[in-house]
This record gives sequence, structure tokens and C-alpha cells, in this order.
Amino acid sequence: MTRSSPLSSWLPALLLAVVVLALWEGASIVLGLQTFLLPRPSLIVGKLVELWPSTLARGIAFTASEALVGLVTGVACGTLVGLATARWRTARETLVPIGIGASTVPIIAFAPITINWFGPESMLPRVIIVAVMVFFPTMVNTIRGLTQVEPAALELMSSYAATDRQTLMKLRVPNALPFWFTALRIAMTLSVIGAVVGEFFGGPLYSLGIYITNQTGVSDYASAWAAIVLACFLGIAFYFAAILLERLLVPWYAAREAAR
Amino acid sequence: MNAAAGSASPHVVETHGVGKVFETGDAAVTALDGIDLTIRSGEFVSLIGPSGCGKSTLLRIIGDLTDPSGGELRVNGKSARQARLDRDYGMVFQAPVLMDWRNVASNIELPLEVMGFPREDRARRSAALVKLVELEGFEGKHPWQLSGGMQQRVAIARALAFDPKLLLMDEPFGALDEMTRERMNLEVMRIWRETGTTIVFVTHSIPEAVFLSTRVVVMSARPGRISRVVDVDLPQPRTVDTREEPRYFSLVTTVREALRAHLVDTEPLDDLGDARIRAEGIS
Repeated sequence: MTRSSPLSSWLPALLLAVVVLALWEGASIVLGLQTFLLPRPSLIVGKLVELWPSTLARGIAFTASEALVGLVTGVACGTLVGLATARWRTARETLVPIGIGASTVPIIAFAPITINWFGPESMLPRVIIVAVMVFFPTMVNTIRGLTQVEPAALELMSSYAATDRQTLMKLRVPNALPFWFTALRIAMTLSVIGAVVGEFFGGPLYSLGIYITNQTGVSDYASAWAAIVLACFLGIAFYFAAILLERLLVPWYAAREAAR
Repeated sequence: MNAAAGSASPHVVETHGVGKVFETGDAAVTALDGIDLTIRSGEFVSLIGPSGCGKSTLLRIIGDLTDPSGGELRVNGKSARQARLDRDYGMVFQAPVLMDWRNVASNIELPLEVMGFPREDRARRSAALVKLVELEGFEGKHPWQLSGGMQQRVAIARALAFDPKLLLMDEPFGALDEMTRERMNLEVMRIWRETGTTIVFVTHSIPEAVFLSTRVVVMSARPGRISRVVDVDLPQPRTVDTREEPRYFSLVTTVREALRAHLVDTEPLDDLGDARIRAEGIS
């Protein structure tokens, strides 16, 4: 089994990022790139530090809350619908087509409408957008995990005269967990994108999305970039939270993948 | 006969005219036809035959995992369904079918959990079974950390966990290499002697069938029928030396000829004894 420490496994990626940033910085100076085209990384970092206490901290807290509430709602609904569809045929026949239909809706297009319903200051428009965005991958993966069970394993449970409930709890659910966590990783990153892009259509002035739109409007690109970088960090933090949760709840899965 | 009297019956498995027809689109395939078979308590019976002879199907019918199309079947004096609901048998498949999220000990305890055994009892039984299948020290390992032979030993221990009086084994060693297979054969022999369990064993291997069984049921294909039953009178306990005895060789020859007699007009296989036919259409 290969057991690499978190640091050494992320080192190559980290190194590449540093190299790219250095090239970016160097090229900006050498080529004399205008700040409004592409501000230098050092400028962006400077803005980030400068704006953090006054504006950005509040903005990221708001955007993160929207993403998190939407995520929990959407993932919970997707999981429940997935469980129901795997359990009941009627649910499968009615809910799956609706789920597929919902996934084809260009959900961002609904942003102006939801803002019209609840007002731009409310979190709800983004919460709804995020929830709908993460619902579908969660549902699909939950169903896949619950139903893609070895036929022989089902026969084994049948040979024990196991009840449906026992088969669900001892076979289908544990089998579904790795699938579910794959969905969670996707949902985590989607939720930040959904919240920020949702804010482009309206939100409190300090929210990251509105801040980015406003700063680009007044040609303050370094500040806009600072907010974008912050949104990236938020997405990365969410993603790692998903991985951490997965390591805690299904430790066997990472161990098996590492052994392969 | 009522269910309570069932345990008193010396006949663990009794079939009369059992048949199975698979409907595949517009054609119907007769997988089994007129199977009359009686298996007594404590026997070790192998079902052997070419691909498509329905030997696995017969085993699955006994285990109530497949419904027969016709005929009568009693398991421990009850219907196969009742026997399954009463947890009368343990099943071992060709694949070990272990749960990756469980370690060796908790895989063995899976049926005990389903059947509501108390925790201490489960721990005691799994510890004893780990010993029986010689996996001491591996209790905490997960399936992917074990070799194929070890995985299959876990599957056997799991099938024995709740002391079933009948063990159904569907080509349990079909995916193992020859060396591991011979060692596993010795282990199954030992387990059979130590537990007194009745075993029905499906195999493709003539040497394996002769070495293990008290009776070998030779089947022919299309439709699947019992063509001959060979009593194996080799002395017990059987050991590595059993495979060197002239009587062993003559029995292997008897079974091979019984298989060949029905093969002439179906499949041109020249040495079925070593043929490992994995892709078994309907059986």
C-alpha cells in the first residue's frame, strides 16, 4: 500500500502553481502589460490583504453561507430522492424523469427570476440555484451506488433470508457511499460557482459576485481579481472538506484505491 | 410431512423430475430435465458436467435462488423456499463476494448480523471460524489485501458461520490456480470431516470431484440430465496420498468416460478433466 503524506502528494501541483505565478509576474513586468488587462499576482495579493478586513471577509462569509445552505439542501434532497427511487419503482418512474428534466434547465437563467421573487438582499435566490445545481449529480450517483450491487451479493443476502431493509443497510448503502462522495466532491465545487455566478444577477453589495461585477465596472481589475482568487480558495476549501469527510466516513475506500 | 419433522429426515435434498426451462426471446432452452436426486445427511456430492448441463442451475434451485419449471423438490423435508427462510444452508459462489468495507472478521459475521446473533456470540464464532480456515492474524485485513485463495476461505467461513447443516458450493475454486485449488480441496475435506456438514459441490474438474466426493453426479447437456452417478469408495480420511492411489485413477477414468459418453455428439472436447470452462452459458 502506498501511503504518501498529504504534503508530498500535493507538492508537484503546488510547485507548478508557484512557477506559473512567477512567470505571470515576470512576463507582466517584461512585456509591460497594462493592469486593466491582467494585473500582476503581487498586485492582486496586495489588494487581497488590503480589502480583506473592510470588504472581502464579509463578502466571502455571505457567499460561503449561500453555497453551504444550498449545498446541504440540494445534497439532502438528491440523497433522499435517490434512496426513494432505488427503493420504490413508482418513485423511479416519476422522479427520475423530473430529475433529468431539472438537470437540463440552464439554472443560471433562473437567477433574475428568483431575485425578482425574493429580492437581491436575500440569500434564497442563490440557495435555490445552488440546491438545484447539486441535486442532480447527487441523485444520479446515489441511485447508481444503491443499484450497482453485485448480483451475487444480492443472492448472498437472499440466501440469509435477509429483509429488504437489511439488504439496504448492509449492502446497498455501504456500496453507495463511495459514489455518494464522488457526487459530494462535484457538488462542493458546483456550489461555490453557483453562488458566485448567481450573485452576478443581484445580491448585497459586499457579496463576492456583485463585488466582482462592480469593480470591473469601474475598471478596478486588481480588486476584482482579488475577489476571484478568494472565490477559488473557497471552492478549494469546500473540495478538501469533502475529501476529509470521505476519509473519515469511508476510510476503506481510499485504502483500497491506494492498494490498486 | 410438517416442517418440524423435516429435521428428522435423513434426506437433505430430494428431487423428483425437477426441470428448468429458460425462455430466451422466441426460443425456450431446457436447462434441466427430469432430475431425480436424493442426497443423504453427511454426504459430499459433486455435480459435474459440461457447460450448459445445468449443474449450477440445479444447485441454485436447491438454494431457492432460481425457481424450477417443474417437478418436486424437498430440502430438509421442506420446500426450498422454506429451507432458505429457515437458513438451512450456506452458499459459496465462484467469486468470493466479500464486502470491501468489511474486514475478514466482520465479513464472516455478516450472516450472523442479519440473523440477529448477539455480539459476543458473533465474535466467538468468527474467531473459531478464522481458526478453522487458518486465517489467524488476518482478522483485521480487508478483502483486497488477501489472495484469491484466502478470499475464498473467508467466503467458506462466512457460509459456515451460522452452522448450516447443508453447504452449497458453486465452483468455489474455479478461479484459483491448480496449486491453490488442491490445497483448498484438502481444506474443504477437513472442514467437511470436522463439521459433518452435507456438501453439494458444483465443479468442472474431474480430479476435484473424485477426490472430494462420496458420490459424483455426472450430468449431460442439452437438455441437462443426470447421466450417471458414480459412488466414490475411496477410504476416509483422504489425504495428499489419495491422489496417488490406483483406485483414485480408475474412478477418475470412470467419471471421464461417463462424461465422454454424452459428449460425442455435442462437444468435441478431448480432455474435459483439465478443461476449465468459465463462460458457462446457462448453467
